[in-house]
Amino acid sequence: MDLHKPVVEPGAYFWQGNIACAEGAIAAGCRFYAGYPITPSSEIFEHLSSRLPEVGGICIQMEDEMASLAAVIGASWGGAKALTATSGPGFSLMQENIGLACMTETPCVIVDVQRVGPSTGQATKCAQGDVMQARWGTHGDHEMIALAPNSVQEMFDLTLKAFNLSESYRNPVIVLADEIIGHMRERIMVLRNLEIIERKDTYSPPFFSTSDNYVRAMPPLGKGLNVLVTGSTHDERGLRAATDPEIHRNLAEGLVGKIQRDAQTLSDVEQYRVDDCQVGVVSYGCTSRAVYTAIQVAEESGMSVGHVRLKTIWPFPVEAIQRLSESARSILVPEMNLKQVYFEVLRAVEGGAHVVGLNKVGGGAIIFPEEILRALTKIMKGD
Amino acid sequence: MQRSEEHFARKYLREEVLPSTFCSGCGCGTVINCFLKAVEEEGFKDLKNFVFCSGIGCSSWIPSPYMRADSIHTTHGRSIPVALGLKLVRPDLNVVVFGGDGDIAAIGLNHLLHAARRNLEVVVIMVNNMIYGMTGGQAAPTTPFGVKTTTTPHGTFEYPLDVSSLMVSAGASYVARWTTYHVVQLKEAMKKALRKKGFSFLEVVSQCPPIYGRRIGMESATQFLNWFRSSSIALNRARNMKAEELINKIVVGELVDIDKPTLLENMRKVLEKAAN
Repeated sequence: MDLHKPVVEPGAYFWQGNIACAEGAIAAGCRFYAGYPITPSSEIFEHLSSRLPEVGGICIQMEDEMASLAAVIGASWGGAKALTATSGPGFSLMQENIGLACMTETPCVIVDVQRVGPSTGQATKCAQGDVMQARWGTHGDHEMIALAPNSVQEMFDLTLKAFNLSESYRNPVIVLADEIIGHMRERIMVLRNLEIIERKDTYSPPFFSTSDNYVRAMPPLGKGLNVLVTGSTHDERGLRAATDPEIHRNLAEGLVGKIQRDAQTLSDVEQYRVDDCQVGVVSYGCTSRAVYTAIQVAEESGMSVGHVRLKTIWPFPVEAIQRLSESARSILVPEMNLKQVYFEVLRAVEGGAHVVGLNKVGGGAIIFPEEILRALTKIMKGD
Repeated sequence: MQRSEEHFARKYLREEVLPSTFCSGCGCGTVINCFLKAVEEEGFKDLKNFVFCSGIGCSSWIPSPYMRADSIHTTHGRSIPVALGLKLVRPDLNVVVFGGDGDIAAIGLNHLLHAARRNLEVVVIMVNNMIYGMTGGQAAPTTPFGVKTTTTPHGTFEYPLDVSSLMVSAGASYVARWTTYHVVQLKEAMKKALRKKGFSFLEVVSQCPPIYGRRIGMESATQFLNWFRSSSIALNRARNMKAEELINKIVVGELVDIDKPTLLENMRKVLEKAAN
């Protein structure tokens, strides 16, 4: 295979969000997928089952989601960029191995195409209820990177970016998509010369993080390096330290610190009139699309509305929210859950702005522009 | 007697982590010894081409950290799917899974079953001590009927699982069960498993004197080994015995030894056909 030839030809495509996600993974160099069927994410798996073999990759259906992420972790240690995709119930089952991937600093990407939960919920209907699970679903101290696409284009772009970030930080990265974005179809552009971060082939012990926050190159297996990979607390050589408080503290601070250190760089937000608005909106995913329309109409009736759209959802882009709160007296947070990002915004503004939730769950219908507009009007009147 | 520094196993072991943390009389030492002897007799001078996967439990510590090799110590029960992911992208490596009966046959049983069904090219060595040893002696799906454990204080009321027989019906290429008493047979079985192309499953019935032994009145490894010796029935003989005669017996031997296309071979075949 000619490595210099792009495996996803540049050009314009009319794709479903889930297909764009699968193609974005291939463009990023993903060559391994292990998954378990689940609505509304299955198109990613189905598409990759024919596409991955074409580019020399492997796609396999596992017995459950625990096995899916386990296989992804094994493949990643085998040197492959690896992906799995799921939705709420499967995402819950993956939490144990998300912890393993954090602890063993295994690059991998997990796509969660959100649907209504908890439990089976409404399997075919859109929701945004996994925001907190993406951050805190696995136990223990860890840091997480999660990206929230709001278009088919971003299903491609942010999946590719997720691979790059997972390689850079040696951490699992979550693409927090939703049913609407996963299933909608749009025209997208695949550009030439996409920036791809490859795994470094230079390596030397130590292999794992400590509180110096420096991300070590990932060692390859089968080279006689005697790499010890363990989900137990370990020192920078991988040696288990099941009781030592110092080593654990060092490790935990390293796992958290390597990402927190770069929180500002990782913060990817789309900002609109944030320094010049009466009222602000913080949105992400499918909901943000209705916000665009609502703001347009609001402006026509004389309101000035600022908007921060979160592409990075974790680590939470605190500074962008604070900047918005310096101008906006009130901030509206529309989301398809019963308040999740709302509390993060509340925490970020530190009392600097009044935070109002607009929450809609069940049935899968997006929060409509008129509902957002109505909420904005109500806020303005209340001011 | 060989002097310790000349012991054949030293070259395969990570010396900086020795002595091991296994309890006195634990069967894991015998498993390590047999495995490394098998490795040596198969001509491997080191373990460079091996990657070990293990889960949670005493025997999951066999490769991690003791083997001088690459190893991935995973979450409880998930060693086999991790091994699958690794083997599919690195077919050149010998991937071996070590785990206990709790790890492999309780929480991880589904993965074991599907690895056998797929004829995945890995070796799984299940050290069956009939108890959850590391967590202090709780009942396992392999604990014999009626035994008192910390979670069955009045005796278990469930039948134990015959994992090896299950592996035969699931489609494994090689299945053998031996005990830590049968060291030569065990080593030979390990050699066969290492040579086998497809999925190999070895069940090693093993002793746990401090945690299991004290509950069944066997506080020394010797008592266990005597038990294993006197209770073991060769597979050929067991086939002519009635079910009630086999209660509390350990049926040992090779349950299956066949050659059939493996997961990787089948995967390649299907994709090549599709490409043409």
